[in-house]
Amino acid sequence: MTVQEDYQPVFTGRVLEELQTVLQRYPNKQAALLPALWLAQREHGWISDRIMAEVAEVLGLTPAYVKGVVTFYTMYHQHPVGKNFVQVCTTSPCNICGAEEVLKALLAQSGAGDAGATSPDGKWTIVEVECLGACGFATPVLVNDDFVENVTPDKVADLVRKYR
Amino acid sequence: MGYPHKSHPKETVVLSQYFGDADARTFKGWTKRGGYEALAQSLKLDPVAVTDVVKESGLRGRGGAGFPTGLKWSFMPKEKKRPHYLCVNADESEPGTFKDREIMRWTPHALLEGTAIAAHAIRAEVAYIYIRGEFTEPWTIMERALAEANAADVFGDITIHLHRGAGAYICGEETALMNSIEGKRGNPRIKPPFPAAAGLFGLPTTINNVETLAAVPHIIKRGAAWYKALSLSNPKSTGTKLFSVCGHVQRPGNYEVTMGFPLKDLLYDMCGGPPPGRTFKACIPGGSSVPILTREETDACLLDYEGVVASGSMLGSGGVIVFDDSADMVYQIMRLARFYAHESCAQCTQCREGTAWTTKIMERILAGQGKPTDLDLLLDLSENMTGKTICVLSDSCAAPIVSGIKKFRGEFEAYLAGKRQPVMVG
Ligand SMILES: Cc1cc2nc3c(=O)[nH]c(=O)nc-3n(C[C@H](O)[C@H](O)[C@H](O)COP(=O)(O)O)c2cc1C
Ligand code: SF4
Ligand code: FES
Repeated sequence: MTVQEDYQPVFTGRVLEELQTVLQRYPNKQAALLPALWLAQREHGWISDRIMAEVAEVLGLTPAYVKGVVTFYTMYHQHPVGKNFVQVCTTSPCNICGAEEVLKALLAQSGAGDAGATSPDGKWTIVEVECLGACGFATPVLVNDDFVENVTPDKVADLVRKYR
Repeated sequence: MGYPHKSHPKETVVLSQYFGDADARTFKGWTKRGGYEALAQSLKLDPVAVTDVVKESGLRGRGGAGFPTGLKWSFMPKEKKRPHYLCVNADESEPGTFKDREIMRWTPHALLEGTAIAAHAIRAEVAYIYIRGEFTEPWTIMERALAEANAADVFGDITIHLHRGAGAYICGEETALMNSIEGKRGNPRIKPPFPAAAGLFGLPTTINNVETLAAVPHIIKRGAAWYKALSLSNPKSTGTKLFSVCGHVQRPGNYEVTMGFPLKDLLYDMCGGPPPGRTFKACIPGGSSVPILTREETDACLLDYEGVVASGSMLGSGGVIVFDDSADMVYQIMRLARFYAHESCAQCTQCREGTAWTTKIMERILAGQGKPTDLDLLLDLSENMTGKTICVLSDSCAAPIVSGIKKFRGEFEAYLAGKRQPVMVG
């Protein structure tokens, strides 16, 4: 699959300044890799090969090294995702409280269809994730940076309306 | 404090006193409540004196292993030749555990204060608080609290930084966490060397859990004797502990009790027992990595390090997962194995293969395609996954499988004998 990418360098101006601040927290540049990737993802939406090359360049690393790190962590998107990136926990504690029904309702009502796929209107990508560290608030759902607690299938319609 | 419910009279509220109270989040609100007094007091003391108080208190690590905190601090080099580091483990990702999140959300300054005291005790100039990437709200709150505390200049020569994880349970393992801060893949390291000799950036490092450090200011302020006296059963387990209770109970949440408190009272009195019309079937008392208890074992279990071991499990992180009679144990144990398969860093063959294979076998049992030899195979594989790898993630996967087959064998056999409708497609 080839993806249309509107690439512009990320680390310029204000974002470069942010990176400079981050670099001061660590004794070497490599340690700023995770924060640099977070900045890049915030600006670009996902971590493409060109982004990896740019991050490698600014931190004095090789693109292959950066790719090795990016692929280790689940939260860096290696493909473009919908406007709303939704993570639903379905691990045991949430599972026994009905998490799979929440996931099904979200997939159906958002139009995303399948877990991991993006809805045709580009608005939704919904993924099933392991424990979100909020098991007492089943089912927790992370919509972009908004952490929504106690989601049940009957609350899904409101949630979809709110973010659409 | 029973958060999100109101406090129960049987709780001993220390760490959770201000859960739900947004004013305590602010620097002003925190100092009004006596915050940062313990830090000021500690900074005037010799690091060894601070360590001694914590040693004397009996505080043990709340991240899972229960290692004595003061003793751990004392492993740091006596003579300081190179920089020292403190890492704070806020990666909280063990299924069933959600206490550190609440500490950070409601009492961020308690964590910052404990962090600075620990850094002083181990003579570290820099501390990194490693917060899991999904904790967006705790991150924002911690960031604001740190900025406020820095503006008030309370940390002396100690600098605290936040570091955001990016989705990987294994980064909660202490050496994986250090690799992750260093900008590497989160692979656990072979030990020795231990972190006190060569940790973060190869330098002497101590790592502690959020709850461990949040307890430290209280110990400094109220004294080791006070903390030590908080013990209902075994004197080796002292203080209060937050238990995150989830699954099939009426009031899931974080409850704080004195060490040695009966698990039964936690589940019935505080959490309101099972949902209406249901009965409890099983309980995992210390996060998903520890053996499963039956109802009978649960009823007799005392919540401290020794008590839970005596009941056949471990206290772990204090994440209590409760299953009632509606739960399909085979399916849930498969889900736990799948969790570990997903989270294995894949360095060790036994772990990489074992977590994937056990998951597959249980999926096939659930699809009605299990073989009569599958249970023995699962037990064999589990044995091979225990005590043989770089870290204990592999053992953690085996724990619920072995205990599950031992205690709920009938449920597995029902699928194998075709007496139970398959719930998965093969
Ligand atoms: C696979 C794995 C995951 C872990 N996850 C966490 C975690 O999320 N939080 C934590 O505090 N400790 C976790 N630990 C335990 C840490 O390795 C370490 O023992 C702990 O942070 C030490 O702090 P303490 O002595 O204050 O408990 C984990 C261990 C393993 C093997
Ligand atoms: S036991 Fe598993 S998670 Fe731990 S180091 Fe080995 S492969 Fe990685
Ligand atoms: S199991 Fe769902 S948040 Fe922990």
